Amino acid sequence: MPYLDHAASSPMRAGAIVALLPYLEDQFANPSGGHAASRKAKTALEEARETVAQEMGARPREIVFTGGGTEADNLAVRGGALAARAAGRGHRVITTAVEHKAVLAPARRLAHEGFEVVEVGVDHDGRLDLDAFTRVCNDDTALVSVMLVNNEVGTVQPLAEVIEITRRQAPHAVVHTDAVQAVPWLDTRAATLGCDLVSISAHKFGGPKGAGVLVVREGVDLVPLIEGGGQEFGLRGGTVNVAGAVGTATALAENNARREHDVPRVAARRDRFVAAITDRVPGSRGNGFGAPKIAGNAHMSFEGINAEALLVLLDRGGVYATAGSACSSGAIESSHVLAAMGMSEAEARSSVRFSLGHTTSDADIDASIDVVVAAVEQMRSVVKTR
Amino acid sequence: MSKPTALVAMSGGVDSSVAAATMRDAGYDVVGVTLKLWGGDQDSGCCSVSDVEDARRVAAQLDIPHYVFNYTAEFDRDVVDPFVEAYGAGRTPNPCVECNRHLKFGALFERADELGFEVVATGHHAQVVADGSRYRLMRGADAAKDQSYVLYMLGQRELARTRLPIGHMTKAEVRAAADRLGLRTATKAESMDVCFVKRGQRREFVTDRLGARPGKIVDVTGDELGEHDGVAMFTVGQRRGVGVAAGERRYVVDVDAATATVTLGRKSDLLRDEVRVHDWCWVDEVPSPDRVVWAQPRAHGETFAARVDGDRILALAPVARVAPGQVVAVYDGDELLGGAIAS
Repeated sequence: MPYLDHAASSPMRAGAIVALLPYLEDQFANPSGGHAASRKAKTALEEARETVAQEMGARPREIVFTGGGTEADNLAVRGGALAARAAGRGHRVITTAVEHKAVLAPARRLAHEGFEVVEVGVDHDGRLDLDAFTRVCNDDTALVSVMLVNNEVGTVQPLAEVIEITRRQAPHAVVHTDAVQAVPWLDTRAATLGCDLVSISAHKFGGPKGAGVLVVREGVDLVPLIEGGGQEFGLRGGTVNVAGAVGTATALAENNARREHDVPRVAARRDRFVAAITDRVPGSRGNGFGAPKIAGNAHMSFEGINAEALLVLLDRGGVYATAGSACSSGAIESSHVLAAMGMSEAEARSSVRFSLGHTTSDADIDASIDVVVAAVEQMRSVVKTR
Repeated sequence: MSKPTALVAMSGGVDSSVAAATMRDAGYDVVGVTLKLWGGDQDSGCCSVSDVEDARRVAAQLDIPHYVFNYTAEFDRDVVDPFVEAYGAGRTPNPCVECNRHLKFGALFERADELGFEVVATGHHAQVVADGSRYRLMRGADAAKDQSYVLYMLGQRELARTRLPIGHMTKAEVRAAADRLGLRTATKAESMDVCFVKRGQRREFVTDRLGARPGKIVDVTGDELGEHDGVAMFTVGQRRGVGVAAGERRYVVDVDAATATVTLGRKSDLLRDEVRVHDWCWVDEVPSPDRVVWAQPRAHGETFAARVDGDRILALAPVARVAPGQVVAVYDGDELLGGAIAS
């Protein structure tokens, strides 16, 4: 079954499963305790922290384990803005119109709490409008949050420029990046250089769900959102998910070690997929290819085709993909990302995200191409009678 | 040979749960779908998150795929906006009928076409009967639950592809079947209200969108009896809650939205010899004007003997006025012949 939804969740790396299992079995103790069993768990936790620090180009003291990417984003955006306000460092929060809801939702809540929230637009490929960013980035800016890679169309944002402009024009601002979609594809350590806060999510790169990391550079103040026993340097109360941390660290190291080998292969498969479909399906096109884009993303539009219906036929054909973003009922909602890219509602409704991963094979691609072509043909064979 | 394919509309209630199970057991390749019709994540009404979850879980129990189709824009356009507009114009709309017309037997049928599905099944209490090459639509076996009225718009083209697998069962039998299958919806309470309006808040729903236009309440001679906050709270034939103290029972006999005037009268002031209607839908042939049929002006209510002559339903004995906007379905015994909207 061609699984082309890696951007939603990626299969765990075998090494990560093996590494974390002992912490669900006999090494189950609470890492905060004082006895030998706890010390073992604590050692595993701190070793995981060191591994993640090394992979992210940070110090262990800068690694905060969270309950996932969304929690890391919330801690960065809300925690960062509240700390800035407490220190009188400005009222403006700048983000982009194409962020994940894990950033947009806390940012919009801040807008109701006295912050001035600016969502900067993007071009037709989903790439940040740097001129607009430059215009709104002023010295009242407390927080800048710009994703490294967009989750829907895979566009890589000009983060280095964002950091540079921010340092020049908003010296008090902290810069956060949601790097959740970047880790399998980019040298995240290099790409996030100079960032104050970086969010990642383990299940996007072969780790377990419910585990994430916020890199918090030394000297960056955050107001914690979850308080309790003072774990994670007082930034995230609650017994740390040791197995999750170990799985995160192992997957991250394995991912980074394999990345240079994997990425060109995935890119070639993705390019072959998009080329074959645009060739065989009239009125189809790839989106976001005019800007830097990660290797795993093949976002496509099919003229006149309802994506919701197309996904049913793909599912029945064993091809797993997605469209827009799912609300809590499971219904597909139209995408704010595609709207920000200037797509019409009709175009957005005819768009599907195929996302490849390190396990995607040539056979998966071959099978998927045939299923997509047949599905669109089926839908177009019906003469609309109403 | 591959199995015939069926798209089953699953609301998350017991009827459509058993409908899906019945189709599966009848040998169809079944896909369950839940229509998301109303925006937001509120937890009330027919399309709430918990209902979708019930449908999803039942589908998983039945080992059939399940999808949620987002028709919120279509529902707004074809059901909610006309509902509001109708009340604002002094009519009494039937949103369940419009939902069936435009969504369940409109957009969903189109979707079935696109997906190449042969039939669409729902959990309505009514029966499709093949009669040679024609199809007839009969009342559900459970008279108290019969829903043929809200399906009056189905013609031969739709009926040929419609399956109503629980129409021959009583509600008790449906629940027993759900219980036998161990479905979590077996004892679930029924939804009775308009799914997008909270119980008792129809007036607020309408006036929030249209604004209230206060007006006068008068009697049949034109004498003023009082004032009201907007015509949206009145329906022709309504007795309770008219807000005017009077010696005898008063009924709303007319709602004139243009002048925001509501007229009250005695029950006898409501009596009419005919019902004017528009937009007939016939299941098959139009009955001849000399044929006596039974007209039903409400979803669950009594019928009256009548004859159909063009845009007029001629009652054999005087009947209470039918609120404009309401559906009048026409039956011959248990067979639904067609229906139209009261003018």
